[in-house]
Amino acid sequence: MKSLKIICPNGHLGFAPLRPESFQLGVQARPDYIAADSGSDDVGPVPLGSDISTSPQSWQRQDLEHMLLASRKLGVPMIIGSAGDTGSNSRVDMYVTMIKDLAIKHGLAPFRLGYFYSEVSKERVRKAIRGGSPVRGLDGYADLTEAELDATDRIVAMAGVHPFVKLLQQGADVIIGGRSSDAALFAAPALHHGFHADQAYYLGKVLECASFCAEPYGGKETVMGEITASDVRVTAMLPAQRCTIASVSGHAMYERSNPFEEFFAGGMLDMTNCHYEQLDERTTRVTGSRFLPDAKVRVKLEGAGKVGERFVGLCGIRDPYTIANVDKVIEWAREQVRARFGETGYELHYNVYGRDGVMGDLEPLRDQPGHELCVMVQGVAPTREMAEELTMIGLRQMFYARLPDVKGTAGSVSFPLDEVLPASAAYRWTLNHTLEVDNSMELFQTGLIEVGA
Amino acid sequence: MKTEKLHQLAKTIRSKNAGVNKITFDIIFRELDVYERVKRSGAITAASMAALYRIPLERISDFVEYDPGKAIKFTIYRLKPSGSAGDGDIFGAQQYAPLLDLDIPG
Repeated sequence: MKSLKIICPNGHLGFAPLRPESFQLGVQARPDYIAADSGSDDVGPVPLGSDISTSPQSWQRQDLEHMLLASRKLGVPMIIGSAGDTGSNSRVDMYVTMIKDLAIKHGLAPFRLGYFYSEVSKERVRKAIRGGSPVRGLDGYADLTEAELDATDRIVAMAGVHPFVKLLQQGADVIIGGRSSDAALFAAPALHHGFHADQAYYLGKVLECASFCAEPYGGKETVMGEITASDVRVTAMLPAQRCTIASVSGHAMYERSNPFEEFFAGGMLDMTNCHYEQLDERTTRVTGSRFLPDAKVRVKLEGAGKVGERFVGLCGIRDPYTIANVDKVIEWAREQVRARFGETGYELHYNVYGRDGVMGDLEPLRDQPGHELCVMVQGVAPTREMAEELTMIGLRQMFYARLPDVKGTAGSVSFPLDEVLPASAAYRWTLNHTLEVDNSMELFQTGLIEVGA
Repeated sequence: MKTEKLHQLAKTIRSKNAGVNKITFDIIFRELDVYERVKRSGAITAASMAALYRIPLERISDFVEYDPGKAIKFTIYRLKPSGSAGDGDIFGAQQYAPLLDLDIPG
């Protein structure tokens, strides 16, 4: 095989639907693989912790349907990573079911469906901690303690290329992956066909977010990557978009603190000496990427732990004197909460929109609030009953705040709703760590089934 | 050259999560000479960004002048991981606004 072509129609399948025009143009270009990642930790810890998707099922099914039909029509494999936003086991099962249902719906000829799970048991992680193999923190996280592990509800491991390669070797026509490095699901087929890791991992890196490596800006459009023995070429499929030196090199820095390095289970992609060259109007060629394998494989773990049940409430403020003293209004309400529930055992948060609700501590203009404010109150507590009452006190007592010189003595805030609303339970990221493994496949259990027979 | 605002010079100014505990900022230029001018101006450094956002320098985890992308890039640690209750920007996508009006001397 001299070159291998992969199209990617969506940087986060399900989060917003793929755009059909450029996808069909990509399919017409006769790719060898169709692949997309469906996950992100951007969605926060709630979906992983509570084992839900943040994307609607209809959007997930629609994109899977587009990709499955094209893959079966062309007779080329389809690869999905990080099923259902989080890549937990239930999300893999859900996507596997969707694929089976779509095969029946469209009367597809039999094909082999491979899948793998990424969830890791707490016992496995505890064994590492107790066995003297520290579970190392990333990005400012301390090494994992058993207390933090105990506070965790669900853990997924970030797969590298290994389970994808294994399933391709077994002849899978469709792969549904648990949590995965998004670049790995593009690198895996390239490695499977014998291309060098230096180019294979770069191919994955540039394709992972679909049209985010193209310009002008426009998400969810299909791009195509082609790998050869010496380079990677990336082409925008939408006629109005181009992959330029600027857009392709610029993509390397997107969502990353270091634009030269990308870490995987098993090694690092080094883009320091990448050279970019415009091949034609819509295609950029990249050479010089390198993959540096690690002697010991460390797999990234993501974990989320429940903090408590949560309610939210909203109020507005228009009186300039009250706006200037909004911190005193909030403090009054906090005092009433403390009088009822004490100092600890709950969380109470105020986001003051119109002042620093978006940026919080990073807001330089905190002392220049707008002429009206919206305050969002969030109460988090062990039970729903307590969370509701806590939030209600924290909200309603703002109405009764006692400011010495206020003219309006009938109520300090406005209520758009005279209630507090149930929200998703609050979770937090407990694990953002790496675990050493002897065997790259240890954390990933694969399966292969016949569909449509 | 006169002093100009950063938004008049840059093609893209954005912020986004880089993992669950950091937010990364990208300031991307269209023309090489403008990129070089902004670099030379010394207006964008780890220290000046810490001052702009009123955070200690230790909260800046990375500061990179990324020549292939004609971009200046810096990354800050969050105080709490993304999506913790009270976080107003789970994606970290609206933290770049203070950069828009940054003065770049001529």
